[in-house]
Amino acid sequence: MDKIYDIIIIGSGPAGLTAAIYTTRANLKSLIIAGAKWGGQLQLTTIVENYPGFPDGIQGPHLMTAMRKQAERFGAQILDTDFVSGDFSKSGGPFKVRAGDKEYEGKAVIIATGADTKWLGVPGEAEKIGHGVSSCAPCDAPFFRGKNVVVVGGGDSAMEEALVLTDFAQNITLVHRKDSFRASEIMQKRVKENPKIKILFNTQVKEILGDQKVEKVRLLNNQTNEESEMPIDGLFVAIGHIPNSKVFEGIERDERGFIKVQDHYRTNVEGIFVAGDIHDAEYKQAVTAAGFGCAAALEAQWWLTGMK
Amino acid sequence: MADLTFTDQNFEGEVLKSESPVLVDFWAAWCAPCRIVDPIVHELAGEYGEKLKVGKLNVDENPNVSQAYSVMSIPTIMLFKKGQPVKSVIGAQSKENFKKAIDEVLAS
Repeated sequence: MDKIYDIIIIGSGPAGLTAAIYTTRANLKSLIIAGAKWGGQLQLTTIVENYPGFPDGIQGPHLMTAMRKQAERFGAQILDTDFVSGDFSKSGGPFKVRAGDKEYEGKAVIIATGADTKWLGVPGEAEKIGHGVSSCAPCDAPFFRGKNVVVVGGGDSAMEEALVLTDFAQNITLVHRKDSFRASEIMQKRVKENPKIKILFNTQVKEILGDQKVEKVRLLNNQTNEESEMPIDGLFVAIGHIPNSKVFEGIERDERGFIKVQDHYRTNVEGIFVAGDIHDAEYKQAVTAAGFGCAAALEAQWWLTGMK
Repeated sequence: MADLTFTDQNFEGEVLKSESPVLVDFWAAWCAPCRIVDPIVHELAGEYGEKLKVGKLNVDENPNVSQAYSVMSIPTIMLFKKGQPVKSVIGAQSKENFKKAIDEVLAS
C-alpha cells in the first residue's frame, strides 16, 4: 500500500515546508498536505525584509515557491488539497489522515497549519469581504487607486498593509485601539513618515456601512467615547490571526486555540508533533516558524528511529 | 471547454449571451493567490467539458467588466447563467469548494 508514510506533515507555510526539507533529507517517506491555499500567510505579502539570507528582501510568494521546490527536490510528496480529518486517538500511532477524498496513514504527524486572518466581527463586515473589506493589501490594493481606505491594526502586518496601499490609495487612515503600536520600530518609522498615512490611536471600528460595498465606517474613540463616521472606499483588517487548530480532534489546545506544546514540540498525543503559528503565540515570524519546523522534524525523526 | 480569455470587448458575446453557464476567473499578474487558483481553474475546465464555459479575465486590462460587477478582491470566481451573475467565490479556495459552487449553479 503506497499510502503509508513515515511522516505526514499538515501545512505548507515556512514551518511545514522546512519540516519537509528535514524529514526527506533524513530519508523519511514524507507526505505534505499543503492545502488548496498552500504556502500560508507569506502568499499574502509582498517583500519580506527580515528573513535572513536575502539582503535586498524577497517577495513572500517567491520565498514559499523556493521552499516548496527545495522540499520537492528531496522527494517530498506535496498534495494541494485540504486536510479534512484525522484519527489521533491512538497514542504512538499510526495515524489515519483524510485529505480531499483520500485517506493516508502516517507513523508520525507534524501539525503546522498556522493561523488565518482574524476579522473584526463588527456589523457590516462579513458580507462586504471582497467588496471593499479585505485582509490582503498586496492582493487588493490596486482596486483602491485614488481612493480613501482604512487599515485596522497595530502590528507589523498592519504597517505593511498601510505602506502597500500608499502606492495606490489617496489617503490611508491607520486605526488602532491602543495608544501605541506593537510593530517593529523600522516599520513604525516608515508609516509615521509617510504623508499619505494618518494615524488614529485609541480608536475602534464599530460598524462598516454601505449598501453593496464599503461606503462609510463608524468609529469610536475609546478615550472620549465619541463616535464618528468617515466616508471610505475600503477597509483592510490586520488585527492578528487565529490558529487553525479546530479540526484536530483530540489534540489539546489552550483557551485561545493554540495547540499546547509539551517538551520538544510534542503534543499530548505521542507521535504527533507541532510547529509554527499553530502553537506559537509569541513570535509569529517566518524565520521562527521555519526554525520550529526544523526542530519538530528532528524530534519526529528521533522518535521514529528510537534514537531518543 | 478549453480556457478562454474574456475581455471588455468580448464579454457580452462570450459570457452574457452564452448558451451554457460560464465561469469567469478575475485575476491579475500581481496577485499571488491568483497563481494558486489558476491550475485549479484549468482542471475544472477539463472536468466540466461542454457543460461549463471557462475563461479568465485580467482586471487590469479590462476595467469595465471588473467595475460593472464590483470586483474589488481577487481572485474572484464568478459564475454566470443566462447573462446574470448567480454566484461568486472570493479568494483562493479548494477545488472542492469551487466544484460545490459550480454544481449548485448547474443544478439550479
